[in-house]
Amino acid sequence: MPRFVFALATLLGLAGPAVAQETPSLPHQQWSFQGVFGTYDQGALQRGYQVYKEVCSACHAVRHLSFRNLTELGYSEEQVKGIAAQAQVTDGPNDQGEMYQRPGRPSDPIPGPFPNDQAARAANNGALPPDQSLLVKQRDGGPDYIYAILTGYKDPPAGVKMNPNMYYNEYFPGHQIAMPPPLTSDDQVKYADGTKATKEQMAHDVTTFLAWAAEPNLNERHRMGAKVILFLVIAAGIFYAAKRKIWAALH
Amino acid sequence: MPVTGTGRTSRIIRWIDYRLPFVTQIEHELYEYPTPRNLNYWWNFGSLAGIMLVIMIVSGVVLAMHYTPNAEMAFDSVERIMRDVNYGWLIRYIHMNGASMFFLIVYIHIFRGLYYGSYKYPRELLWMLGVVILLLMMATAFMGYVLPWGQMSFWGATVITNLFSAIPVVGQKIVTLLWGGFTVGNPTLNRFFSLHYLLPFIIVAVVGLHLIALHTHGSNNPLGIDSKGPQDSIPFHPYYTIKDTFGLMVFLIVYSIFVFYMPNALGDAQNYIPANPLQTPPEIVPEWYLLPFYAILRSMTFNVLGIPSKLIGVMLMFSSILVLFVVPWLDTSRVRSATFRPIYKKVYWLLVIDVLALGYVGAHRPEGIMVIIGQLGTFYYFLHFLVLMPLIGKLERPRPLPTSIGAAVLPAGAGAAGGN
Repeated sequence: MPRFVFALATLLGLAGPAVAQETPSLPHQQWSFQGVFGTYDQGALQRGYQVYKEVCSACHAVRHLSFRNLTELGYSEEQVKGIAAQAQVTDGPNDQGEMYQRPGRPSDPIPGPFPNDQAARAANNGALPPDQSLLVKQRDGGPDYIYAILTGYKDPPAGVKMNPNMYYNEYFPGHQIAMPPPLTSDDQVKYADGTKATKEQMAHDVTTFLAWAAEPNLNERHRMGAKVILFLVIAAGIFYAAKRKIWAALH
Repeated sequence: MPVTGTGRTSRIIRWIDYRLPFVTQIEHELYEYPTPRNLNYWWNFGSLAGIMLVIMIVSGVVLAMHYTPNAEMAFDSVERIMRDVNYGWLIRYIHMNGASMFFLIVYIHIFRGLYYGSYKYPRELLWMLGVVILLLMMATAFMGYVLPWGQMSFWGATVITNLFSAIPVVGQKIVTLLWGGFTVGNPTLNRFFSLHYLLPFIIVAVVGLHLIALHTHGSNNPLGIDSKGPQDSIPFHPYYTIKDTFGLMVFLIVYSIFVFYMPNALGDAQNYIPANPLQTPPEIVPEWYLLPFYAILRSMTFNVLGIPSKLIGVMLMFSSILVLFVVPWLDTSRVRSATFRPIYKKVYWLLVIDVLALGYVGAHRPEGIMVIIGQLGTFYYFLHFLVLMPLIGKLERPRPLPTSIGAAVLPAGAGAAGGN
């Protein structure tokens, strides 16, 4: 019965969470993957992966990605083998019935920082860092939202009482986020391609990487869509002409 | 048009046709099936709905080969389809957006019927079978939405199955039966998958009956008057096959724009978060095609005569579809087409606006003005069918009907010349 009452209350919108405080509307960013012919910028993807690896991956997993997927960022198969080999993955059981550690292979899923959610919470003051492989698709506003969060840390305005271990973020619903500011200073990451790693640049790059992680087939989807629609437009024209011709006898 | 020719193929076809007159039947329904010559493009949506049903079944059967109906694995299996199955992303986006396209088509098809009075004598059963298809589609779509086992899948299933608990005495038992347990969980997902696979084939069967009923008296037409002879009708093939094919191409362009360029625009971002029974999403909202009914459900915020508001809300929601079954008898006018019904035509567009407004309300939190609009919209919805429809039929003075379809659409004198 309580469950029933709860569901009913939810249904009628009575049991929703407290009304979220006003958040400013998301500033719109330019993304290489927007628009009909948009594709992921490979430079941004590789830089973004570097930011993920050196910053985000301390707390966040990307469990839907395997090392082999990294070839789509423009890395060669040899490079991906090298990247994978740097990670230690648990395999087994072996002939002795024991699990063992070995260097990663391209076919392995990219291991996360924590063995389970409880370990993740224990290391983060009770907060659970969400898996990032679908993050861009899980949030209204998509990449603009992720970028806004990464660049939205501010000192709390006067009169706002912060809960312990919480940080003020303009764009987070309720403004109190458990994630400490991940991008704290320029040149936090030393980009392999020599790009100047400003905070905005890093936020932009890692968001591009996360957008790819969430929707790795976007490039192919956009390419195929253009061909399919072109085909359909031509077909529609031909069939319209045929329709006119066939119906001409009737009018 | 029997199979002619003396070639081997023709002989084989004739041999089969003599025993199983399949070819004759098809030819009868395509070549000899007389169709009014004045059907406009709104009549394309019947065949489009049929094609959409086939697209959904084919893409769905392929998805089912890769999907795992288990609460622990369902979400990841869908992601695996999106990432690792060859063209899995394409098949899934076709299926996912296909549901929206299917409802869009069927809603246009239904509103076309309401405008041109396609439900009137002798097409009452044709119309009622259509309402059965709509109900089956809603059940199928709802259960399909649960399968990816995202947050909105789980909480949508929780809210909708809980509606049945409003039924007095047996309600809670029915809910337990639907769930296969005491909460939405793995057994729920399993039975929803089973039923989601089953119901489309039942839809196919009802579509078959819908087509038999259609072909018995033929299509209605924009003038709403009966065919009075060969000059009023043309064979379905090639005239409507080509017109439908052109319409199909235009529809596929719209469909493709969604599949390739905005595949998640109609979905909810929350459903990319794996189901979490311990965390309610900020808002539980159904897919857009169920929003008007959701608004009607939520419109009851007060008890009436001791009947709890929830029970009334549930009854109103089901009634909003069930009322369609009796539309052929609620509409008392003998004139079918709204073209000749000045008052009904205006009221018809008010209904369209009302349903759109209810959809808008359904997408928003039931607070402040939304509650009022939802209640007024619900009131007007039932007012339209239960009061205005019977009343207008009696009071309205329809404009004079043309003597025949041919006389109305052909140049003067040409109508008498007969066929082509």
